[in-house]
Amino acid sequence: MEQYAIQMKGITKTFGSVVANSNINLTLKQGEILALLGENGSGKTTLMNMLSGIYKPDSGSISIFGKEVSINSPEDSKKLGIGMVHQHFKLVDVFSAADNIWMGKEKPGLVLKKSRYARIREIASKFGFDLDPEKKVYNMAVSEKQTLEIIKVLYYGAKIIILDEPTAVLTVQEIKKLFDVLRKMKQEGHSIIIITHKLNEVMEISDRVAILRKGEYITTVETSKTNENALTEQMVGRKVDLNIDRPTVDKTSPLLEVRDLSILNDEGSVAIDKVNFYIRGGEILGVAGIAGCGQKELCEAIAGLRPIQSGQMIHKGDNIVGLSPKAITEKGISMSFIPEDRLGMGLAPSMSITDNMLLKNYRDAKGPFIDRKRGRAEAEQVIKSLEVVTPSTETPVRRLSGGNVQKVLPGREIKSGPNVIITAYPVRGLDINSSYTIYDILNKQKLNGVGILFVGEDLDVMLSLCDKIMVLCHGKLMGVVHAHKATKEMLGLMMTGSLDLTKEKSHGIAKDTLFKDVLVSADAPETAAQAEEEISNSGDKEE
Amino acid sequence: MNKAEVITSFIHNIIVFNIPLLYGTVGEIMVEKSGSLNLGVEGTMAVGAIFGYIVGCYANSLGVGILTAFLAGALCGLLFALLTVSLQANQNITGLTLTTFGLGVYFFVGNGVKATGWPVMGDYSSIQNGFADIDIPLLSDIPIIGKGLFSHNLLVYLGIIIAIAAWWYLKHTAPGLRLRSIGENPAAADSVGINVKLMKYLHICLGCGIMGIGGYYMSLNMSGSFNSSCWINGYGWIAVALVIFANWNPALAIIGTFVFGFFNTLRVSGGSLAAAFPEVFGWLAHIPTQLYQALPFIITAIVLVVTSIKNKRGSSGLPAALGLNYYREER
Repeated sequence: MEQYAIQMKGITKTFGSVVANSNINLTLKQGEILALLGENGSGKTTLMNMLSGIYKPDSGSISIFGKEVSINSPEDSKKLGIGMVHQHFKLVDVFSAADNIWMGKEKPGLVLKKSRYARIREIASKFGFDLDPEKKVYNMAVSEKQTLEIIKVLYYGAKIIILDEPTAVLTVQEIKKLFDVLRKMKQEGHSIIIITHKLNEVMEISDRVAILRKGEYITTVETSKTNENALTEQMVGRKVDLNIDRPTVDKTSPLLEVRDLSILNDEGSVAIDKVNFYIRGGEILGVAGIAGCGQKELCEAIAGLRPIQSGQMIHKGDNIVGLSPKAITEKGISMSFIPEDRLGMGLAPSMSITDNMLLKNYRDAKGPFIDRKRGRAEAEQVIKSLEVVTPSTETPVRRLSGGNVQKVLPGREIKSGPNVIITAYPVRGLDINSSYTIYDILNKQKLNGVGILFVGEDLDVMLSLCDKIMVLCHGKLMGVVHAHKATKEMLGLMMTGSLDLTKEKSHGIAKDTLFKDVLVSADAPETAAQAEEEISNSGDKEE
Repeated sequence: MNKAEVITSFIHNIIVFNIPLLYGTVGEIMVEKSGSLNLGVEGTMAVGAIFGYIVGCYANSLGVGILTAFLAGALCGLLFALLTVSLQANQNITGLTLTTFGLGVYFFVGNGVKATGWPVMGDYSSIQNGFADIDIPLLSDIPIIGKGLFSHNLLVYLGIIIAIAAWWYLKHTAPGLRLRSIGENPAAADSVGINVKLMKYLHICLGCGIMGIGGYYMSLNMSGSFNSSCWINGYGWIAVALVIFANWNPALAIIGTFVFGFFNTLRVSGGSLAAAFPEVFGWLAHIPTQLYQALPFIITAIVLVVTSIKNKRGSSGLPAALGLNYYREER
């Protein structure tokens, strides 16, 4: 009989009345990479947290390397050789890399010695990683934090490694690097479970795929004997069209134009550096860039949440610099930003969906009282149209699973009927089905003549959904390209700053702007169409 | 008193009257570094004071008094930990309740004992002698500042030693690292196998025990005269603010204590300074006493404002998870 690293039998876990896992069977062979696939709220993270000791199953049995065990705490899990890299990293921000590892070390001795840095550096390089042990976590990029997490579990002697959505916040290049690491760990005899929503990654990295649907175990298949469509069907329970539409719409003149915009970040350094772009009605402008390249600051500035350093923001010919967030919302600009922790911005976690709806439109009610009836009706509409899985409209948002929380936010933003939508990472961590629902919503808005700024991560999605893509690198504009003429490789080069299209020509400036206050068109006789033509031409050169 | 003696006594007073602040602050730093905000310092010190004093006197032993005060304080900590760590009660409310409770216990026990005969400190020679000043050889012979800085009672030295030990423990030991990790991110600490609950219980009790000794010091410094106002007299609250002033660093707490102590002592000894140096400090005599009394609290307010203005990332000692209860299965 084959030796299993993990064998979970009949695992059931409930939270109150919600059944997160129901009678689940899962096996992980020694030395394989198993992809765990399922929609948001299908219970993947819950299942994995029973291996990491965060939750205890209500019923069922877990065997590790053939021995039945009971995992009561993360400590037990660690002793059994299970290491989990959580979706939200479990790191202490103010500690150095070494101390984050050292704090969980068995028998560390009483006194902290400087030599611990050398020890950790040694161990990191033994595993094949480049790590500065003295670097503080708050100075690290997302990928560095992830590397640290992986070194941490390896250092604690994990033989079984669980990664919960490790690729959700990484760039294409970083994902490639991560997969090389995983393959190497596999060769060294580690058994790995990886959770991801991206089917191409599942096909690329895994040996087998286990599928969960709505808390139930569906099946486990060999990756080599399946394909993306079959996997989607098993995961969703019906056929899903995996093509993203890009309807063409008659473009209108620019709704929002940004000129020479410079913004500082919280630390006071330049986050956005003299950036120019414009959004027309009926188009989706993608914003690509490595995480933390000023996307957040840009969104906040447009929404009026962050003061700008210099430059102009023009909405339908009116300057919106210095307006209050409320005034900007009233002009029809809506901003929704899904941060890495998914809950940080836009929604109040302890309040119900109805209450969160009311947050946006309570002012519309007549008199001093809140119109709860309307809020509830809107909540019901959003739940229905976006298929939000929730016990009721009155359930606190924090109780919903990550993906479901996320559908509520764009749902609410669109309800207010905006003409410009700024949306950042709207599908971050969402499963395929929900992601496509979001794309559909955006396309519908586009067809209605809304201008959309789409800050995204997945280049494949951006290339097929957006009309144009602008690329940021360390806050600088690297150029704006037409999505149907651009390639993933080219965007990747621009994101890392190796390819700068703006050096040749001035990009992203609309020539037919309606802006009344500033005279700009005197020295720019070209039409917008010509300008765009040039942009795409310069893109062609690089191909 | 000649002029040199006035200065010596001024320096001496800064330390003697304010060491309880150091105990309270260091104790609270221990508690807060575990991620728990205990606003019950005032009450904990009061409980430590009343039990430490009475039991210490009955046993006629300073050591028994210190130990009792520590245990009484630690019991308050145990109560706080039980409510906030195990039962997940709100920390702010629990802390405030602990203050009310502690002051209640103080007067209940104090008045009860007083009814049957209050132990007068002067009757207990070994307490009296134990609390007497001890000169540090050589250093205490330095003119003017020698007697001011290096001639103090045992509990002053103990307080300084505890503060330095706490600093070393937090910064340079592995258990200290683990404790800090809990205060910063309990989920991270839990995930690497640190026993979060146990660590919190231990350090809350330890910290509250230290506060208890501070309370006991207070009672001895007031010669154990029990009347209508509590011995602690708001020092517990100042200690909570001093934690922020010290940026959660027990070594800086020593400096913080003496800065506060300086202003506090102006209130007590400002008059004698004015008398000894009429040209330089004469104006001190014209400041109304009410202002002096308010001074420590005004300074507290100013310090809170200043420290909250400039905090570069990573430089603040504020534990990120301070005041938040940790529940492993919380989603």
